[in-house]
Formats: sequence, C-alpha cells, structure tokens
Amino acid sequence: MKDVRFSKFVLLVNGLAPLALLLWDVYHKRVGANPLEFVTRTTGMLTLVFLMLTLAVTPARHITRLNWLVKFRRMLGLFAFFYGFLHLGTYLAFDRYFNFKSVPGDVAQRPFIALGMVGFFLMVPLAITSTNSMVKRLGGTRWNMLHKLVYVAAVAGVLHFWLLVKSDIRLPLTFAFILLLLLAHRLLVKFYPDVPARWAGLFPQETSSQK
Amino acid sequence: MLIKKPEDIKSSKITDKKVYLNRRLFMRGAALVATTAATGLLYRKLNPAAEEKPAGDKLVSVQTSPTHEAIRQGFKVTDNLTSIEDITNYNNFYEFSTNKQGVAREAKRFVTRPWSVVVDGYLNKPRTFDLDELLRFPLEERIYRLRCVEGWSMVIPWLGFPLSALLNKVEPTSQAKYVAFQTLHDPKRMPNQMSGVLPWPYVEGLRLDEAMHDLTILATGLYGETLPPQDGAPVRLVVPWKYGFKSIKSIVRISLVDREPPATWNIKAPREYGFYSNVNPNVSHPRWSQAWEDRIGEFRPRQTLMFNGYADQVGHLYTGMDLRTNF
Repeated sequence: MKDVRFSKFVLLVNGLAPLALLLWDVYHKRVGANPLEFVTRTTGMLTLVFLMLTLAVTPARHITRLNWLVKFRRMLGLFAFFYGFLHLGTYLAFDRYFNFKSVPGDVAQRPFIALGMVGFFLMVPLAITSTNSMVKRLGGTRWNMLHKLVYVAAVAGVLHFWLLVKSDIRLPLTFAFILLLLLAHRLLVKFYPDVPARWAGLFPQETSSQK
Repeated sequence: MLIKKPEDIKSSKITDKKVYLNRRLFMRGAALVATTAATGLLYRKLNPAAEEKPAGDKLVSVQTSPTHEAIRQGFKVTDNLTSIEDITNYNNFYEFSTNKQGVAREAKRFVTRPWSVVVDGYLNKPRTFDLDELLRFPLEERIYRLRCVEGWSMVIPWLGFPLSALLNKVEPTSQAKYVAFQTLHDPKRMPNQMSGVLPWPYVEGLRLDEAMHDLTILATGLYGETLPPQDGAPVRLVVPWKYGFKSIKSIVRISLVDREPPATWNIKAPREYGFYSNVNPNVSHPRWSQAWEDRIGEFRPRQTLMFNGYADQVGHLYTGMDLRTNF
C-alpha cells in the first residue's frame, strides 16, 4: 500500500462526512420532530459503527493478510471516541442543560445511561494513549494490555443501546452479533492459531509490488 | 510522385503530458468523491428526510374556539398546537415501521376504503359499522395533549365523536364490563406485521366507565381533514389521559367483554406497561422517569402532569385504587 497518506485522508473525509450531513440537517431543520433524539441517536449509532470498524481491523488483517490495514485502526478508534464525545455532549448539553447534579439521579432512573458512560470513559485513556510517543512511553506490551479496554467499551456500548430500546431489538441485536463475531475471532486465534491462517489461504496473497 | 505516409497517431490524439500526470490526481479525486458519496448515501438511508403529508378529505365539524366550558371539561387545551408536519412525521405505528420518522413513508399507500368496524360482544344490537356510517356521527374538534410513554408529547386538534355515542347505539348489556379493541391485521397492507416486534394483531382495552367517559373519542380526522394513514386512519381511539399506546389505531373490531381484555404492550412487557397505563409522573417506567416530557416543537422539557392534565375530569374513575400496582 504505497498511498497510505492519501488513504488516511480519504478515511478522514469519510469519517467526517456523517457529521457534515448531520450539521447540514440541523441547519436546514431536517432533523424531524424531535431534534434532540435525532442527534443523540445519530451520534450514538456512529460511535458504535466506528467501534465495530476499529475492532474489525485485526480480524480483517488475519483473514486477508493485508497488514497495512492496521494503519487505519487508530483513526477509526479516534472517530469512535469523537462521536462518543459528541453523543455524551448532546446528552449533557440538551438533555441535562449542563446541570451535572441531575446526572446521578438520571442515571439511577435510566441504568442504560450508566453503561453508556462506562463505555465512553473507558475510551478516554485509549484516545490519550493513541499517539506514537505514548505507545513508546508505555511500551508495546503495556499499551496492548491497556487497549484491551476497547472490548469492554464496545460491550458496554452495545448493551447501552439494547437497554434503551422499547421492543424492536433488531438493530442492537445486529450490533451484538457483529461484536460477538469480532470477539469470537480473537478467541479462535488465541486457542487455534492455525485456523485463521488456513482461511487466509482462500484469499489471494498480497504481492510485493503493492507494498 | 510523392506519397505522403499517413501518420500513425495524429499529434492531436496524443495525451498531453500534463493530462497524463493529472490522471493520478483524477483517480484520487474519484476515489475520494465516490467513497464520500457512498458514506453520505448510507447516512441518508438511515436518516430519511420528512415526507409530505398526503392530502386528506375535508371534514365538516363543529369548529369552536376553546370556550371556558370546553376547557373546563378538558375538551380543549390552550397549549400551542403541534405542527401538522410533526404530527404526521413522528409516529409510533409499529405495523408500518419501528422508526418514528419512517412510518409516514411506509404508510403512504395504505388504502382505508372499504373499511368497516365490527361491534360485538355483550350488547343488544351487535352490528358492523361501515366507515361512511362512522363519518356521519356528528364530529367535534377536540384539542388534546398526547403523552407518549417514551417521554415526548404533542398537542393535537382531533376530529371525532365520543365513543359513548357509538356504544349507546349498540346498547351494552349488564354483563359488559370492559371494551376490547383490535387493529387491522393484514401484513400485505401493514408490512411490518411480517416482523415479530409485537404480537399481532395489536389489541387494547378499556374499562367500560373509561370507555364511556366524555373525553374518550373515536377520531376520524385531525387539523380539519381525514386522518393521515400514519396517524391511525381511518378511525382510531383517543384516550388523552393515558399513554399514547392505549389510543389504538386503524380499528376493525370493538368488543364488549366481561373481563379485562389483553393489551399488546402489556403482553409484550407486563412489568413495563400495565393495563391502565394512565399518565402518572410519580410512577416511573422501570427504565426511565415519567416526571418530564419533551413537548415536540419546544426546546425545554415540561413537567408531566397527573393524568396528563386531565385529573379533574378523570381522577374520580380511580379513587381508592393504588396507582403504583395498577400502573
């Protein structure tokens, strides 16, 4: 992959495109009858999508052996954090009006909010330690240990979505299923390292000219 | 003789060096635009824009301003009306879609003629009402608050007639204690009935005294026109002091029964949705508070009122009842 810089730029633009469209919709009052719910739902959904994409990088690498995919993982993870931040910010600003004292009471009434917060605050150290220099300072092993928190964050995020739905759980179920597959792949690699390698044989190998 | 050899390639056909170098730039641009467009289209698919309201037929009714008497009886509230755009583009109608902003699109082609409502059970004159007969009941305008169990609310100018007017025609017998309602069950016309999000058909029920109350109406229109499909066309129940899901839509059957009839959300999650489901700020939903509501079109939340603000009119129906256990 010779064009990493440009590809990252494409990813950046694509990651920001939903935000641009969301702002466009807000500006043109195309956010429906309940704008708060619309913005909260959209940013929340984007957080989950980017979490899933982040977690999909490693399995995709194993299966396709396209190792350069890892170069996009950090940006995907930071987009998850970014949209999570907007999601929490929307809740605090427009649902709570920055009345932080009302948050514990609301959390007690709506347990799914606590789960969402757990998910978000677990992503904070991951975002802080996402720079190259932080990876060096922590050392690869410790950095990897720390970043396993993303699994907990993703599970919390999916449960957070699941618990707020009234009846139609198809969408949270889809996220849960995807997450399960992504986590199952990791367990599989851990206990049967040669199985994914055999799957990889199904895909054309990367040629040196592409590097 | 001089024979001019034709050129293999005209000089005008040779790609300019600048263009050649631009090709790479072009490919990059194309990749950028194509992926971004795909992302954008995906976003738009998941977040559809609002639908235009289908034109309804004008309904003739007794249009009156909120007089002191109408306000006292709870027939009209003086809160600002919710816009027709919001009323017709933000609907909970799981028969069409579980996405409140997607119901309007899914329900657009819902045909409501011919339509009839079977009225049966413990009554002297069981019969079927054709839609035209229902539309001949003298229509009144009722401006009611509607409070959804999810925590949002609207103010809607309904057109309809008291359910008691219809029940009096069929003469319930003394065995009739409750009224059961049923929505149309026709997955061809209500596509989301193919899914299992709720047990179909949607059913609801009221105690007979609740059903006979002056505030309980069968609505056939709103904002001066026939009901749009997404709001429960052609005829729906409106019980303004109960959470919105009690006000069952697109009714095909009304039965007078002697025991508490099943109610869909109560079957689905009995711990979360009781048979009565009166609006009550003091009894929380197990997963969220009911003390506040987002009034559609307003910025700040409002405090939810006991019986949705109709306590003076309906409070007596529940004297002596523990509203925490009979939620």
